[in-house]
Amino acid sequence: MSNPFRTEDHGHIDRGTTLSFVFDGVTYTGHPGDTLASALLANGVHTVATGIKYGRPRGIMAAGVEEPNALVQIEAPFPEPMLTATTVELYDGLVARGLGGQGRLSDQPDPARYDTMHAPCDVLVVGAGPAGLSAALTAARSGARVVLVDELPMPGGSLLSGRQTLDGAAATAWATAVTDELAACPDVTVLSRTTAFGHYDDGLVLALEKRTDHLGAAAPAHVSRQRIWRIRARQVVYATGAYERPVAFDNNDRPGIMLAGSARTYLGRFGVVAGRRAVVFTTNDSAYHAVLDLADAGVRIAAVVDARESVPARLLAACAERGIEVRTGHVVTGTSGIERISRAHVARFGHDGLGERQGVDCDLLLVSGGWNPAVALFSQAGGALAYDPEAGAFVPAGALPTVRTAGAARGTTSLAGCLADGVDAVTQALSALDRSVTPAPSPAAAAAPPAAPGRVLWRVPSPQDGPDGSHQFVDLQRDALVTDVFRATGAGLRSVEHVKRYTTIGTAHDQGRTSGVLTSGIVAEALGVDIAELGTTRFRPPAVPVAFAAFAGRNRGELFDPVRVTALHPWHVEHGALFEDVGQWKRPWYYPREGETMDEAVLRECRAAREGVAMMDGSTLGKINVQGPDAGVLLDRLYTNLMSTLKPGRIRYGVMCGVDGMAMDDGTVIRVAEEEFFLTTTTGNAARVLEWMEEWLQTEWPELRVHLTSVTEHWVTIPLVGPRSREVLALVAPELDVSNDAFPFMSWRDTTVAGAAARVCRISFSGELAYEINVPAWDGIAVWRALYAAGAPFGLTTYGTETMHVLRAEKAYPIIGQDTDGTVTPQDLGMSWVVSKKKADFVGKRSFARPENQRADRKELVALLPADERRLLPEGAQIIATSTVPAPPVPMLGHVTSSYRSDALGGTFALALVRSGTRRIGETLYVALDGETVPVTVSEPVLYDKEGARRDG
Amino acid sequence: MQLIECPWCGAREEAEFHYGGQAHIAHPEDPHALDDEQWAQYVFFRDNPKGPFAERWTHAAGCRRWFNAVRDTVTHEFLAVYRVGDPLPPAVRTVLATRTVPGAQPRQGQEATP
Amino acid sequence: MTVETPVRFSPLDGWQNTFERLPEGLDIREIPFLTQLSLRVEPGSPAARAVEDTLGIALPGPSCADMSGEVKALWLGPDEWLLVAPPDRSQDLAGRLRAAIGDAFATVTDVSAQRTTLSLTGQLTREVLARGCAIDLDPRVTPVGSCVTTLLAQAGVSLVVRGVGASSVWLLVRSSFASYVATWLVDACTEYRGGS
Repeated sequence: MSNPFRTEDHGHIDRGTTLSFVFDGVTYTGHPGDTLASALLANGVHTVATGIKYGRPRGIMAAGVEEPNALVQIEAPFPEPMLTATTVELYDGLVARGLGGQGRLSDQPDPARYDTMHAPCDVLVVGAGPAGLSAALTAARSGARVVLVDELPMPGGSLLSGRQTLDGAAATAWATAVTDELAACPDVTVLSRTTAFGHYDDGLVLALEKRTDHLGAAAPAHVSRQRIWRIRARQVVYATGAYERPVAFDNNDRPGIMLAGSARTYLGRFGVVAGRRAVVFTTNDSAYHAVLDLADAGVRIAAVVDARESVPARLLAACAERGIEVRTGHVVTGTSGIERISRAHVARFGHDGLGERQGVDCDLLLVSGGWNPAVALFSQAGGALAYDPEAGAFVPAGALPTVRTAGAARGTTSLAGCLADGVDAVTQALSALDRSVTPAPSPAAAAAPPAAPGRVLWRVPSPQDGPDGSHQFVDLQRDALVTDVFRATGAGLRSVEHVKRYTTIGTAHDQGRTSGVLTSGIVAEALGVDIAELGTTRFRPPAVPVAFAAFAGRNRGELFDPVRVTALHPWHVEHGALFEDVGQWKRPWYYPREGETMDEAVLRECRAAREGVAMMDGSTLGKINVQGPDAGVLLDRLYTNLMSTLKPGRIRYGVMCGVDGMAMDDGTVIRVAEEEFFLTTTTGNAARVLEWMEEWLQTEWPELRVHLTSVTEHWVTIPLVGPRSREVLALVAPELDVSNDAFPFMSWRDTTVAGAAARVCRISFSGELAYEINVPAWDGIAVWRALYAAGAPFGLTTYGTETMHVLRAEKAYPIIGQDTDGTVTPQDLGMSWVVSKKKADFVGKRSFARPENQRADRKELVALLPADERRLLPEGAQIIATSTVPAPPVPMLGHVTSSYRSDALGGTFALALVRSGTRRIGETLYVALDGETVPVTVSEPVLYDKEGARRDG
Repeated sequence: MQLIECPWCGAREEAEFHYGGQAHIAHPEDPHALDDEQWAQYVFFRDNPKGPFAERWTHAAGCRRWFNAVRDTVTHEFLAVYRVGDPLPPAVRTVLATRTVPGAQPRQGQEATP
Repeated sequence: MTVETPVRFSPLDGWQNTFERLPEGLDIREIPFLTQLSLRVEPGSPAARAVEDTLGIALPGPSCADMSGEVKALWLGPDEWLLVAPPDRSQDLAGRLRAAIGDAFATVTDVSAQRTTLSLTGQLTREVLARGCAIDLDPRVTPVGSCVTTLLAQAGVSLVVRGVGASSVWLLVRSSFASYVATWLVDACTEYRGGS
């Protein structure tokens, strides 16, 4: 199958290879080098989508990322919504369809890989057109570390669209030669198919490389499909080119209406003529390149409609030579056609307004309203823009210390000018880096006569009756009309930012590349203000659509967030533990036996700990070694109780508060030696507590001679719990006198456990006789196994975090961060005993005396016993005083913080923070749930072994 | 991803750092000599200027050192970084707003004003 | 009950087979059980000089490591070094250091099991690390002997450059993060392993 609109010899496509694809159910062919858009045009397909609001047929208007219309949904090989046909490289087997705005995400997981690469460099050059290539070449020859990125699959940029020569040969040959030289430099990275989309702080530019998209189903699965480059550049040169600007006129959205430069690109780069009979509507010289190229390729140019009164004689002569009529001082006022343009309406447009309309038959209408430099990234970087009244465009007002523009991106139009621009910009960049410059000599470009001034024209007045400009589209993707802009200004909006949000102009995937400046111009005219003062809307990243998958990169699946595991983790996995995520840690939750429910497993584990012996993996506890002559002084200042009086060999429980007096963390403190302590923190707060302690030490009390060292992962910590724990420990620690007298509660001993050097602490987080056995992490599994074996005759049971919670809650040991929320003092927790009366000061002490913290109606920790002992209260549930929920505002007394089933208590129970809780003990309150209230009795928080009789076994 | 100049490790990505609030607010020598209003000022109130602001940062993922910085809250630009105990760099001294927390005495060498 | 010296397990025990299947150009090995001591001392102080005399090296300055001797010194902070020595030397080394320090203010803490050490070698090393590390590993910026504590992907690491252009590095990673880092490194090599 041949392409009816393909020329014989133009373009950078491989005519020797044919690719087959399906669009809207019809099979077509194209060639490598095509985009989906160029392949469709080669087959004569213009109508590819429908407008999102009015459902009008829409065609292909541009040839690159500025395309507002041609949104497609890829269906195969893998569904992907909302791509522009102009940026999808054609591959064999592509199946796509046109979209009316929204697309469809796949309901299947994306099998492709995505990744990230850091690339530090001296100079980043964005754009491999004439300016970018000459900039990169000079930077490379000067010995700089260079990254050159370009969105196209081949170098050349605008050179690919035309027939320019450099040094007497095709300019694209120069582009290839330069790129080859660059690629051979060890300090240069050349990235094609790569679009810089965001300029962030300190020279960080993010770029999206489409690595295998163009291979379709043939893409190798092990290669990342797309890659985000994190380019950290000391200097950046944006040689990003320019986007052609349309002019608004009636029915300017019909398929077959295309930007003039884009039609030239379809011919020059793809060997595709976009129509047979074209009308060209322009306000400037640039469209004549398209006129002449298309005419020479056999397209009948029915008329050139030039809004200017005066057109350079050489252009008129070139047209005359080809028999092309040029109507100066004329405009296109509107179009006719159903699925495709069939006629352009042309009228004279002088000082006295529009003249009489005349129809010119055509199947293609090319439009050029001038060119907007591609300044989005420069603007993101903080670069100022200035309005150039001759070009009708916003151009960079000057360079930034580390960011520069070159070529069409800074408003330069001639090829020779762009080449020189690139060298100039990079010379300044290298000089700013104090580097010597070896300028690459520019190739000789054909002399270009100076361009004649263009006519700045935003819109053609509507000759229609009724509301002015009834079908003049500004943003074709958002289906926003000139009348929508007028409605916005009529509503009193004066800022283009507000007009943008009112009309949604510029908010689509194309980021207003064809509509933004047009909108500013139309708003300025409507308000009678100077567009230079009005400005444009702000540019923000990403400048092109980027898939979330690309941003995520390899941080998916098991790499989504670091999974931290203890040294005992393999044993837990082997023994069927289910795991709970605690921050980044995987902790055993419970160890179900065959056929056991979670409730059953937890009750069994609890019973073992209360009646026999059980052990768990407590290694995730934060552990900090505190050493130095002033270690006791530091701890006295940070804990609410006295630590300096602790004797070596002894252990004390401690609470840390913030300066606001609120409990921040708790744990145990061991005095290892006169000048050495070892403290534990809660699992989730380990890093934060160390940072907090370092902050006080380094910034407030640098005179204290103390060093803090995290040893969290040096130790494996195994709580061995239950009335029979002493017997088990005795078996594996033969050197240790485990008797209560020799080894009392809240003391520790260094000994050998199962052959490993161990520090055993008599600490209990359950109220039972218990030991915490600490061994170097690499000995952990061996010691755990030895304990497991030694405990077997005693029915030793491993337990997880759920059982730990039940056991500690039965004893009302709070979990900081679960039973507290940053508004709870130690006194509120019923722990006045942990607050020293002797110390003159410690962090937070002064706050306890604040009236707010002295109120009688503070929320206090209590236990709740549901009237129905089978009823498990949801954590977070609110507590009220009445059995029916009163009319709002409902007086809330507090909330449930912890809630469990208890084997020891024979029913459910909860901990709660309740207003004046300790004075309500014995009262009945109600927990408000959806559609009901549950009666509960307020109780003393400690529900099990209130006398503490069990801790010594 | 902004770069922050650690006084010891050099420029690193901001993800390696944690923020510590306003700098040069010394813990009062004797909190109990302050009335509730003065204490509340120390605990709860901090400046929120538009412009240069002296802040504490720590290189959490690097050398774990706390240090001071003057950052422009409008541009996010770090105007200076300096070690704890070092005086404010002269270049940023004049641009910083002055502030006195009742009872909070600037530590020697950390005076917020010249 | 008979008591034997327990069998040790390093954080990456069992990974060697996986590492051996990595592509040509990257060799990863865990060096387990190294002696690691956290040394905290004011540089230039008498205590620091006593330590230096004991070790026979000068404590390296910021972002540097001295990898020349049997006891290697990695700069971790302005008054903090990680001393790394062959396995089972912590008691002996700590004892000698504490004796040399005497009454001066400097501290030594055994952190041997806190981190494990990964040795990465081969011409792919730099590119693999660049997938998740923002540090510029160009030899002109980060020469041999550099030691930076930073982030690799989402984990903290101390990275010591041992070969020119990061052709050989040590990564010291906290034990709980070791399997995450190993998983990340192996996944980062997927592209070089070829299709399967």
